[in-house]
Amino acid sequence: MATETRVDRKTSKLSLAYILVAFTAFGLAAICGVLQGMDRGGAVTMPTWLGYYQILTAHGVLMGLVFTTFFIVGFLFAGIARTTGGSLTPAGARMGWIGYWLMVIGTAMDVVTILTNNATVLYTFYAPMKASPYFYIGATLLIVGSWVAGWGMFHCFQTWRKNNPGQRTPLIAFTAVATMVLWQLATLGVAAEALLQLIPWSFGWVDKINVVLSRTLFWFFGHPLVYFWLLPAYICWYTIMPKIVGGKVFSDAITRMVFVLFVLISTPIGFHHQLMEPGISEKWKFLHVGLTMAIALPSMITAFMLFATFESVGRAKGASGLFGWFKKLPWGDARFFSLFLAMLWFIPAGIGGIINASNQLNAVVHNTVWVTGHFHLTVGTAVAMTFFAISYWLIPHLTGRKLTKTANDIGKLQGVLWSIGMIFMSGSMHILGLLGGPRRTAGTTYGDDPTALSWMPLHKLTMIGGIILFIAAVIQVSLVFYLAFKAPKGEEEFPVGEVAEEAQETPRILERWKIWVTLAVVLILIGYGIPITDMIQNPPPGVEGIRTW
Amino acid sequence: MHIHRFEKIWLIIGGAIVVIFIVSLFISTFAMGMQPPSIRETIDPKVVDQTPPFDKPGLKQIGDKRYEADMTAFVFGYGPAQMEVPAGSTVTFRVTSKDVVHGFEIPGTDVNLMAVPGLVNEATQTFNKPGEYLILCNEYCGAGHQLMSAKLIVK
Repeated sequence: MATETRVDRKTSKLSLAYILVAFTAFGLAAICGVLQGMDRGGAVTMPTWLGYYQILTAHGVLMGLVFTTFFIVGFLFAGIARTTGGSLTPAGARMGWIGYWLMVIGTAMDVVTILTNNATVLYTFYAPMKASPYFYIGATLLIVGSWVAGWGMFHCFQTWRKNNPGQRTPLIAFTAVATMVLWQLATLGVAAEALLQLIPWSFGWVDKINVVLSRTLFWFFGHPLVYFWLLPAYICWYTIMPKIVGGKVFSDAITRMVFVLFVLISTPIGFHHQLMEPGISEKWKFLHVGLTMAIALPSMITAFMLFATFESVGRAKGASGLFGWFKKLPWGDARFFSLFLAMLWFIPAGIGGIINASNQLNAVVHNTVWVTGHFHLTVGTAVAMTFFAISYWLIPHLTGRKLTKTANDIGKLQGVLWSIGMIFMSGSMHILGLLGGPRRTAGTTYGDDPTALSWMPLHKLTMIGGIILFIAAVIQVSLVFYLAFKAPKGEEEFPVGEVAEEAQETPRILERWKIWVTLAVVLILIGYGIPITDMIQNPPPGVEGIRTW
Repeated sequence: MHIHRFEKIWLIIGGAIVVIFIVSLFISTFAMGMQPPSIRETIDPKVVDQTPPFDKPGLKQIGDKRYEADMTAFVFGYGPAQMEVPAGSTVTFRVTSKDVVHGFEIPGTDVNLMAVPGLVNEATQTFNKPGEYLILCNEYCGAGHQLMSAKLIVK
């Protein structure tokens, strides 16, 4: 057996550059997060020079857009290099660096406009609240940078295919390409919103904005965005986790099918975010709700595949009984332990998602803090903890260091703390939301209204959860920088699962990207074509921009 | 493509659940009429104060124990700030915004809608239990968002 392929030095540098920006943003965002929890819990009042909504904007942008996008791009570049021979193509690497600098400049512009209080519009930047044009340009650069990085990945993938005719493409490279294809399709919406609406309007070149259209273009992007967060976690669950637990990838074909399904149906479902607003007919809303429900299927397949992997590993190690395999899993390994917690958290997270998307149940939870609790379980736990688990081996692999036993144990402690924090925070947010507590709102009792006062104990629990999460975040960021610069020199494996022998040949059609992208575009045209045309042809009265902070 | 036997069973059950979800949503939406607020009535946000009925926001009796509440949302409050109806009343809230996007939510009820400038939105609710109902903004609208509320008193 040949020695394992390593990610080469050049790619390591690129990948690490992305990941360090990701965790720096994560750390800053965590400080903003704990301050919000304490403000709503009544423990602190934000000073006038640093508003609650200002740090809320910073938290959302840094966590939701900067941390995730940087981490994902860094991880996918490493994954592609690892499975296509160890290095990126020179053109692919060059695009990786161009993308990186575009994203860094965009992020800096956003951070500066937020810190100077010129962009306190939250990460959804709903018009007609008008931020500095440089905020929108920064967000656009962040996205365009990720496009360029994605093109670099496509280049590496295509080059590998050309050099290996007739061979099945490496699974991680394929799923990475699927993720970036989904991202390029999804971000067309927000790019159109920024370039055609927000930027000209915030510079004052046009005075009015079509608000319904801007919201629709935003959510065209805003929901697939969550699948862009999720798919890299799925990549780890499907292709890397089996190796860590000592098993095989259950089925290559089904793995590819799941990713293709996400590319197909992730975009035409954004109206479920707009269920409670006027100007969109209930029939279009219903179509999107139906498609949102359909996307539960690939996630159900995922649940099956993961537990099938666990069980077959356990049985191969001699487990007996219905649940004997459970004990055979590598619980002492932080790379697995945090991953398993992440998967577990995805179960209630997914159920909550189905509730949010239902057009009647949504009336109860829409814009309540339930929603915040929901996405702290999805992206904040299932996805983020998977990224933490990846960082425990990927960073030492990239820097030629070792995950020591102590670092491993601290990683596990981090996983436990993060979970406990989320039980308190996300749990009380869910309950608070069902009672009607609004999201995105500074500490308030609405003039000592009895209903609002009755929510205070839950706000306090949320705050306690937030403080625990902050401690866990500090541990995570410290661990990342330890593994990058201080851990002892050594070798850390980049685990890649092999496909089980009994799995059958993968149908070639799954690799025909032209077919899938065309189908995805057709579905998008069905879901958005007519309503968007209507919004442009029969627009509601335009609205002037206003600064309300 | 080969699919494991257990996985087939799992997928059939899972698929059936999804189909049940979609069918029940379809029935409740189109047969039972529980539709999300989707009206498409436009209004120029700059002249809301001169456009009836929003020039005189407030309650209007439109039938036996039936009311229409024409309300405006603005930074950082609602017009009117307080209303009173007898218990057992059915109130149709018609809301528009004079500036940015606001929320309009009554905790403990199904009233939860977006007030979008340029459009009118609507929700109907029957209030059987007497008490003070808090109306609050649940969409971030600016520095005073947390102060934005109104009251409906049910006697």
